[in-house]
Amino acid sequence: MSEIKVSCEALRQTEEICKKFNNDPGELISILHETQNTLGYLPEAVQRVIARQLGISAQKVYGVVTFYSFFSMVPKGKYPVSVCLGTACYVRGSDKVLEEFKRVLGIEVGETTPDGKFSLDCLRCVGACGLAPVATIGEKVYGRLNPSDIKKIVAEFGD
Amino acid sequence: MENMINLTIDNRPVSVPKGTTVLDAAASVGIDIPALCHIDLKGTCVKNAPAACRVCVVEVEGRRNLAPSCATMVTEGMVVRTNSARVARARKTVAELILSDHPNDCLTCPKCNHCELQKLVTRFNIREMTYKGEQSNRKKEQTVAITRNMDKCILCRRCESVCNNVQTVGVLGAIRRGFDATIAPTFDKMFSESDCTYCGQCVAVCPTGALTERDYTDRLLDDICNPDKIVVAQPAPAVRVALGEEFGYEPGTIVTGKLAASLRALGFDYVFDTDFGADLTIMEEGAEILHRLKAFLGGDKSVKLPIMTSCCPAWVNFYEHNYPDLLDYPSSAKSPGQMFGAIAKSYWAQKMGIPREKLVVVSIMPCLAKKFECERDEFKVDGNPDVDYSISTRELARLIKRSNIDFRQLKDEDFDKPLGESSGAAAIFGATGGVMEAALRTVYEVYTGKTLPKIEFQEVRGLEGIKEATIDLAGFPLKVCVAHTLGNARYLMDKLRKGELDYHVVEVMACPGGCIDGAGQPYHHGDVEIIKARAAAIYREDEGKPIRKSHENPDIQKLYKEFLGEPMSERAHHLLHTHYFDKSTK
Repeated sequence: MSEIKVSCEALRQTEEICKKFNNDPGELISILHETQNTLGYLPEAVQRVIARQLGISAQKVYGVVTFYSFFSMVPKGKYPVSVCLGTACYVRGSDKVLEEFKRVLGIEVGETTPDGKFSLDCLRCVGACGLAPVATIGEKVYGRLNPSDIKKIVAEFGD
Repeated sequence: MENMINLTIDNRPVSVPKGTTVLDAAASVGIDIPALCHIDLKGTCVKNAPAACRVCVVEVEGRRNLAPSCATMVTEGMVVRTNSARVARARKTVAELILSDHPNDCLTCPKCNHCELQKLVTRFNIREMTYKGEQSNRKKEQTVAITRNMDKCILCRRCESVCNNVQTVGVLGAIRRGFDATIAPTFDKMFSESDCTYCGQCVAVCPTGALTERDYTDRLLDDICNPDKIVVAQPAPAVRVALGEEFGYEPGTIVTGKLAASLRALGFDYVFDTDFGADLTIMEEGAEILHRLKAFLGGDKSVKLPIMTSCCPAWVNFYEHNYPDLLDYPSSAKSPGQMFGAIAKSYWAQKMGIPREKLVVVSIMPCLAKKFECERDEFKVDGNPDVDYSISTRELARLIKRSNIDFRQLKDEDFDKPLGESSGAAAIFGATGGVMEAALRTVYEVYTGKTLPKIEFQEVRGLEGIKEATIDLAGFPLKVCVAHTLGNARYLMDKLRKGELDYHVVEVMACPGGCIDGAGQPYHHGDVEIIKARAAAIYREDEGKPIRKSHENPDIQKLYKEFLGEPMSERAHHLLHTHYFDKSTK
C-alpha cells in the first residue's frame, strides 16, 4: 500500500474529535467512527494522532481498525460501489456481478480506483431481495443485474 | 483459616487462598494441567492468561461446559476433574485443531525440542493430522536480531502481553479477525520499521517457532575454520550461570570454567571475557557519575541528574524511540560488550600486531538486542564493527552439541589474559541491580577515599520492579534507583519528563530480572525459580572472586596506565563512549 498523504487540517480535525471524547481510551471505537465519518477513512497518520491523544499504542488502534470491517484505511471513491452477496442475491448470481465490477474497474474488493472515482465493497442484504441481484452506487440502487449491464452502468458515471 | 478455599481436584482435597486459579491450585498439589497460551512468571509482571487456547480445560462438577483452568478461580466445595476421558478428548481435539493450521515442519524448525506445542502433541498421543484444511500464509521476516515466521504462530498472545503490558513497547499485537488474524508490528510493517527495541522478550515467551533468534552459528563456524581470521570470544556475565541448563545441570549451576574450556574446544583463538569490559564500564560510568555529581554539588544547575546506566541495548533503543528529549540523561558509556570490542580491536590488536580486518570479535550474550547493537554504525571503524556479531547462550549450546564436545566432561579452564581478568563487581552485571552495586563499590571508594566497610548492597538486589536506596557518601545522601523491564523504565522516564524524578543514579535493564532472563538464555518455559536460581548463582560467583571491585582489577589498571590514561580521557572518550539519536516516529 502506498503512503497516503494526509492534510494538516485532517489531523487537526482528528485531534478535535479525540478532545470531544475527553481523550478517553474507552471511547476509541466512537472516536474511530466519528473520524471516519468526517474524513471518509482512517489513514495511518490519523491513527497515530488518535493513539497519541489517547495515550495508547498505535498498534492497539490499528488492531481495532482492522478488526471491524466497517473501518477503512483507504479513501472511498467518489462513487462507492457495493455489491450484495446476501443469500438471495448470491443464488441469483451476484458473485458474477462482483467479478464483472472488478474486471471493469480494475480493482479488488476494498480498493479504490487510482483516479479516486470508484471504490468496491461487498455487503450483506440491502433489503431489496425481490430485485436480486442488487448493487448500490452511492445512494442509487441497481436491481436485477446481469454481468453484461455493468460496463454501461459504470459509464453512466463518466463525468 | 479465613480466605482459604477448600476444593477437590482429582479426588484430592486442596486448600488454597481465595483468588487462586484452578490451574495454580492443581499445581500446588503436584497436578500438572497441560497449558499452552498461559504463562505466569510469578514475582515478575510477566503474565498471560487470556484463556485463548483452551488446552487447560477441566471438568467442574455442576458446570455444563469445560472450564479453562488458567482463568477459572477456585470456589468453596468445587469438585474438579483434570483427567477424565471427556477432558482428555477435548484437549486432544484442541491441539489437533491448532495443528490443522500449523506448518508441522518440526524436523527443521528452530524450536524443535523446545516447542511447547510439540510437547503437548507427544503428551496427548497425537499420531496423525486429523483435520486438514487451509493453511495460513502469514508474514516472515529476518531482522538482525529476531526471526519471525508467523505461520507457526498459534495466537496465544504471550508476545502481545509482554510487548504491551510488561515492556510497554506496544509494537506487537493482534490485527484483523478470523482466519486472517495474525500478530504483527504496528500497521503490519516489519519489525525493522517499527519501534521494536529488540529486547526479545517476545522470543523468550513464544511457545512455538514463530519468534526465534537470528542464528549466526554457521557464520561463526565459517570464521573459526578460516585460517586468515583470528577469532576472539567474549561471553557475558549471565551466560555462565545459565549455559549449564542446556547440558542437564540444575538451574543456577555456575559453569564458568567449562564455558572457557568449551569456547577453546570450539576453536576460538583467544577466549576472553566480557566481564573485563564490565569492569571497564564501571571505570568510565563511575567517573561520569562522579563528574556529574561534583558539578551538581558545586552548584551547577544545568547538570543532568539522574545519570542513567546505558549497558542494556534494548533500553538504549527504548529511549531513542520514546524519549528523544531526554537523551542527555543516560551515561555516554558504551556497553561492556562494545567497550571490550573497542579495546580488543585497538589496544590489544596493536599489542599483538594483528590487523583489524583479520580480527573477528564475537560476543556470547544472554541477549538478542546485542545482535542489533553490533550493527550500529557508530560502533564501526570504516565499516568494520568493534564486535563483529553476537550469538546467544542458546546458539552457543547448539554449537557445542554440534561440535561433538562433551560439555560435562570438560575440565575447568581460565580465560586468556589480559582481557579475561575480571572482578566480582563485573560478575553481578547479569542481575538487576548488579550494575548499580558494582558502580557503588567503585564510586564510594573513589569519592570518599575510604575502603567500603561492607561490599554488598542488599537493598538493590532482588526481583522487585523498582528498588530505591540512599547511600551515605561521606555525609552526602546519594539516592539511587534500580528498575527492570521497560514498563518500569517508562514509569521513571515519564516522571523525569515532568521533573519529578528525585534520584542521582538510575539503573535500567530491559528484561525481567536483568540479563539472567535475557531473550538469548535457555528457555525458562514460565518457571520463575530458574531465574531466581540464576540470580543466586550470579552473587555466588561474585563472592568466589578474589577481587570484587572493578577499580582493583590489575589488568584494568594496566590498561589505563599503558593506553587510556585516566577514565574519561580523550582516548577513553573516543573508544569507550557513544552518543544517542532521536529515533522517534513523527
